[in-house]
Amino acid sequence: MKIIYFSWLKETLGTSEENIKPPANIKNIDNLIKWLSTKSTKHRKVFLKSKSIRCAINHQIVNKSSKIKNKDEIAFFPPFTGG
Amino acid sequence: MIKVQKQKINISEENKKLLKKKIGAVVNFIGVARPKNSSGKIQYIEIEHYPVMTEKKIKEIEIYVTKKWKLNNCIIIHRYGKIKPGENIVYVGTAAQHRNNAFRACEFIIDYLKVKAPFWKIEQQKNKKIFVKSKKKDEKKIKINY
Repeated sequence: MKIIYFSWLKETLGTSEENIKPPANIKNIDNLIKWLSTKSTKHRKVFLKSKSIRCAINHQIVNKSSKIKNKDEIAFFPPFTGG
Repeated sequence: MIKVQKQKINISEENKKLLKKKIGAVVNFIGVARPKNSSGKIQYIEIEHYPVMTEKKIKEIEIYVTKKWKLNNCIIIHRYGKIKPGENIVYVGTAAQHRNNAFRACEFIIDYLKVKAPFWKIEQQKNKKIFVKSKKKDEKKIKINY
């Protein structure tokens, strides 16, 4: 599973993406956030602000109860600030 | 037509593409990088985006506005990368039979780009980097219209 980070999340983690293999009981975005939070102190720091973090699965905006699959590309980011 | 690009936008070239015989109105919006904000002078801004998703979201809005406001043509160009104060960031051009449709569509597109397309701005000041936060009023605006 490919995880991509943008903006301050990328800055805090010091990386823009990582390939992970979550355990079988990680079935949705919410589970994934909780699991990722345990990976390192940086991950914990990022996902402590999970209420302000948005998420996309394969370029589609989703909510935290959305199901995930092994081959998904999952992106985490703050609200958009284009224009 | 949509584009996501690093280089400056050639506004007059893009505008020319909209000026065709059968239309009655063209509206242009150009977003420009500010030299300062409330917390100080900005050296440059940096725009990051999510390739593939960005193009997908802009294409969606191009299709939506073209149908809703019966546009003859629509050009949406958004830059990414390092942008200095005074440089253009975004260009939206709409062409329609009547000005009202061209205005409404143009305004809707730029409101949409602010909160629904995956771009993130960073303002680089002398000694600090500011991750620009989205504004509630911008988010509310698009919820009402879309």
